[in-house]
Amino acid sequence: MISRRDFMQVSMAASALVGASGFGNWSRLAAQQRLTQDQLLQFDSFGNVSLIHITDIHAQLKPVYFREPEINIGVGPNRGEVPHVTGADFRKMYGIEDGSPAAYALTYNDFSALAAEYGRIGGLDRIATVVNAIRAERPDALLLDGGDTWHGSYTCHHTAGQDMVNVMNGLKPDAMTFHWEFTLGSDRVKDIVAGLPFAALGQNIFDAEWDEPAEAFAPYQFFERGGVKIAVIGQAFPYMPIANPGWMFPEYSFGIRDAHMQQMVDEVRGQGAELVVLLSHNGFDVDKKMAGIVSGIDVILTGHTHDALPEPVLVGETILIASGSNGKFVSRVDLDVRDGRMMGFRHKLIPVFADVIAPDPAMTALVDEQRAPFQAELSEVIGTAGALLYRRGNFNGSWDDVICDALLSERDAEIALSPGVRWGPSILPGQDITREDIWGVTAMSYPNAYRTEMTGEFLKVVMEDVADNLFNPDPFYQQGGDMVRVGGMGYRIDVTKPQGDRISEMTLLSSGEAIDPARNYVVAGWASVNEGTEGPPIWDVVESHIRKQGTVSPTENTSVTVAGA
Amino acid sequence: MNFTRRETMAMAVGAALTSFLPFRANAAVVDDLIAEFTGGAEMGEEGVTLTAPEIAENGNTVPIEVSAPGASAILILAAGNPTPPVAEFKFGPLAGSQTASTRIRLAGTQDVIAIAQLGDGSFARTSKTIKVTIGGCGG
Repeated sequence: MISRRDFMQVSMAASALVGASGFGNWSRLAAQQRLTQDQLLQFDSFGNVSLIHITDIHAQLKPVYFREPEINIGVGPNRGEVPHVTGADFRKMYGIEDGSPAAYALTYNDFSALAAEYGRIGGLDRIATVVNAIRAERPDALLLDGGDTWHGSYTCHHTAGQDMVNVMNGLKPDAMTFHWEFTLGSDRVKDIVAGLPFAALGQNIFDAEWDEPAEAFAPYQFFERGGVKIAVIGQAFPYMPIANPGWMFPEYSFGIRDAHMQQMVDEVRGQGAELVVLLSHNGFDVDKKMAGIVSGIDVILTGHTHDALPEPVLVGETILIASGSNGKFVSRVDLDVRDGRMMGFRHKLIPVFADVIAPDPAMTALVDEQRAPFQAELSEVIGTAGALLYRRGNFNGSWDDVICDALLSERDAEIALSPGVRWGPSILPGQDITREDIWGVTAMSYPNAYRTEMTGEFLKVVMEDVADNLFNPDPFYQQGGDMVRVGGMGYRIDVTKPQGDRISEMTLLSSGEAIDPARNYVVAGWASVNEGTEGPPIWDVVESHIRKQGTVSPTENTSVTVAGA
Repeated sequence: MNFTRRETMAMAVGAALTSFLPFRANAAVVDDLIAEFTGGAEMGEEGVTLTAPEIAENGNTVPIEVSAPGASAILILAAGNPTPPVAEFKFGPLAGSQTASTRIRLAGTQDVIAIAQLGDGSFARTSKTIKVTIGGCGG
């Protein structure tokens, strides 16, 4: 391994190099309205290995708007640490000017105005241009997909992920790991994986019956690139059978399995790996903790929690890269690997501005081919957004307010519960809402909108349980989503308290009365992990609601009071 | 005794509820069981490892593994279960390794404790919190 003295030099060089790699530069240039593709892609090749990381695309084939969160609270050791820094604090931390393209890409403020100025972001054909440009400089660059790729759109749902498989095969990744892919059902996942022309990795994907590594997924894959023997280890989302319906993939068990991770790192080092890369869907805080426990990993390409960071985070001798979601960003990491160890790195988080980066024509054709059979359904206008519709944030988002309103009115309920997922593009004020847009925030394989009764006491248990999945001070006990979105009920949360004591002042908004632990309330929700959940699919519920409203204009949501942030 | 449909529903929800509440360890019972195993001897922290998930995928069957090189016996307790004793593994002098794995049922979020009697007769203790959760909502 690298000596402490060498690594200090690496760190110093790296912090200088990050500035030189153009992040600060392009924000200034762009403020002058001279942002070009060349500037976005500008990168002085470094060392002998290039990694290209993309993750959590959630089937967004076409450019979208995507607003980053305002509220993203860190707890325990991560209080106030990245990625739990947002808005003006984030811009100050990274030297980003207000109103610049970087401010638009990475923070939430003035989102609607900046979106009108800088346009949509992402799109697989633009991503292809970025990847091709890097490969033109570094033909043997490794392209690594962090997962949550075959999920999240109308076409992905109707083709059971085939549209994304076809398009990603066109992009030619070298390896991939997994999360929502498994909600296609294990038979479908096994089918697709058997035919993938690249490695399907997950050191923590185990056979549930035997508690042994699952045969269909290798723990790691070796690559020879730039004269360097590279091991890429995969880590799938650890809590799939808990956060998602385990009955859809009963043969598999997951978990963090950090001891097994250490075994895998030792095994690949023993086989001569000079560079160990972890392609992870752990979530940022889990990866950060793991980097401090497992020794010998050089680079962790993080995913799952959808954070985008313009600079790597260093934990000991490991660098953590966070590349955002929904196709907004591509990370390029150049590494100097000599004498069997990482001697230095240069990194750039490339924002995929759809109006600046030219689409790759071959990829545009491939994307359009997937969408053609569904074009009429996708483009049908259902209503209009009267306000910015977004999802990200720990407690609520205006898109979720619309979904909760739909559940309350269409399912005749007193209280609505909507899952705190982090995927789903944003819609600008005045923009048409198409069927594709509704599916962008609802598409999943367990969409049934249930209607049931719950006691006030049980509601409290549900709220406490979800809050602990988000605010447990130990990242290994977190699942990585956001708080369940609630319609019709307000509450207070103290994020610093233990489970059972975080939630208080639960109030039924329609009457203003405190929730009675003994009373039954009519609750509507969706995305239940229980098998046999009945009800219409959530996209039909939302479509019907928006049709009746014409224009949906959610007002500021003040129903959640947060303490301890 | 007759129950109305509504009361029965409420009871069902109540029953589900109890299974999700974090279980408080019955400290006195657990302490007695440990004292019985160790004879009241001091316990170190090195020498025994317990491998278990942080969050159980299914609280009814949680895979765990204990290992203590050179040990003659390992006691496993689920501190929050109504009946805390889970297993006591004894290893004879010809045992190839002092490792055992099994699956246990957990009534709720709680600490699982493993105590080993090591080769020199001393005792070592370790524990891990295993969370049992309702699930859902992962992003």
